[in-house]
Amino acid sequence: MTLGLIILSIIAVLVILTVVYYNKFISLRTQAGEAWSDIDVQLKRRYDLIPNLINTVQGYADHESKTLERVTELRTAAMNAGTPQESAKAENMLSGALKSLFAVSENYPDLKANENFAELQRELTDTENKIQASRRFYNTTVRDLNISIEAFPSNVVANMFKFTKREFFDLDDNPEERENIKVDFKGEDK
Amino acid sequence: MAANLYTLQGKNKKKTWLLMSLFLVFVIVIGYFVSYYFQSPVILYFFIAFSIIANIFSYWFSDKMVLKIAHAKEANKDEYYDLYTTVENLSITAGLPTPKIYVINDVSPNAFATGRDENHSAVAFTTGLLNLLDKSELEGVVAHELAHIGNRDILLQTVVVVLVGMIAMIADFFLRVTIYGGGRNNDNKGGGPLMILALVFVILSPIVASILKLAISRKREFLADATGAMLTRYPEGLASALVKIEGSAHEMRHVNHATAHMYISDPYSNLKNKDGKKKKPGFMTRIFRTHPPTSDRVKELLG
Repeated sequence: MTLGLIILSIIAVLVILTVVYYNKFISLRTQAGEAWSDIDVQLKRRYDLIPNLINTVQGYADHESKTLERVTELRTAAMNAGTPQESAKAENMLSGALKSLFAVSENYPDLKANENFAELQRELTDTENKIQASRRFYNTTVRDLNISIEAFPSNVVANMFKFTKREFFDLDDNPEERENIKVDFKGEDK
Repeated sequence: MAANLYTLQGKNKKKTWLLMSLFLVFVIVIGYFVSYYFQSPVILYFFIAFSIIANIFSYWFSDKMVLKIAHAKEANKDEYYDLYTTVENLSITAGLPTPKIYVINDVSPNAFATGRDENHSAVAFTTGLLNLLDKSELEGVVAHELAHIGNRDILLQTVVVVLVGMIAMIADFFLRVTIYGGGRNNDNKGGGPLMILALVFVILSPIVASILKLAISRKREFLADATGAMLTRYPEGLASALVKIEGSAHEMRHVNHATAHMYISDPYSNLKNKDGKKKKPGFMTRIFRTHPPTSDRVKELLG
């Protein structure tokens, strides 16, 4: 009689715990999904801006066609990237190519005076900042999710219902790197 | 970390409810005494209606009122591009919807956040602040304000303004009635009950003040500092902004004791710097001191 009661209450506690953790995983997974689509929105905005930029630059600096081609190539590569890790790598390269394009454009005063170009440069810098911002939010949510999947006792529930870890966006996420990026933006913004 | 934030949100919601119910009970009790004194139940109904309407009003409109008191105007994106994008980007990092952005035309550097939830929130910055701070410092301040929104401090802070303001108004009204209007009713023995009521109010005012302090405790400023630093990952930015704001010798133009607790840096602390002399803060200022000393906050940030 008492033994039955004890077993029953243990089962009840286990069931409640399972439900609580299950719900937690659902909300974490949804959050991470939302965060990923936030990044996606910004990446798409950048893909949309790049053709305009290339058209504008072409008119002023045709013998930079190599730089332009590289940007176009990397844009396509970034658009086709699959996993977050691949995507992050491709996006980093694209950012680098854009940076060198803007550096090259310093040599063309007419181009620099073009209002359209200035606007595009501003938009792209802003998009770049927003990609960084959404990346941070995504990585925070992914970190929470991954910790819950590994930590005891939530890992039991995670295994039971096959919740899987997500990849971080960007691997080289160390403080020094961030500091450098920050300084870079400061220079470009002004 | 996340668990921390959520428990805090719950606490703030509870405090808001507590405050609103206290206000309700308080006004109705007064209504009961007054209606008893005048022997007319209509007055009680009037008070009940008033307190309910005041609560609803403070929930829906207090943010607009606070912005109005501060003379804040909505910023447009072209004119305040840097501010705008900074707020947008940090909102993304925090996972919050972008709040409405307001600018206050005032040389004194300061900022606050208001609104009833994260979907109906606003941040306001003075032009003095925008001129004084560089980019990383501004980021620090913006992150601090967004932290207030994320921690759900804003509704409580804002509701406090309206409800406490109303209690002060009623207190003021009764004081006047007893002092100046007492002579009219010659046939009864009492300005007595009214006098007592007025006295109660006078005693109550500091209590209300300490409730206010409790509701927007200093701990919460520290917490917003910490959360903000987590967003920018650059606590030095906010620390240097706080030092700069503290060092600025300008006094805010449109501020009063009801709204002081909302600002990032105590608007009354600058009185000390006037004329280079150290002015001792007055009694009211001391009661309503809502912010921890800047040096403590900086120490905590750079800790």
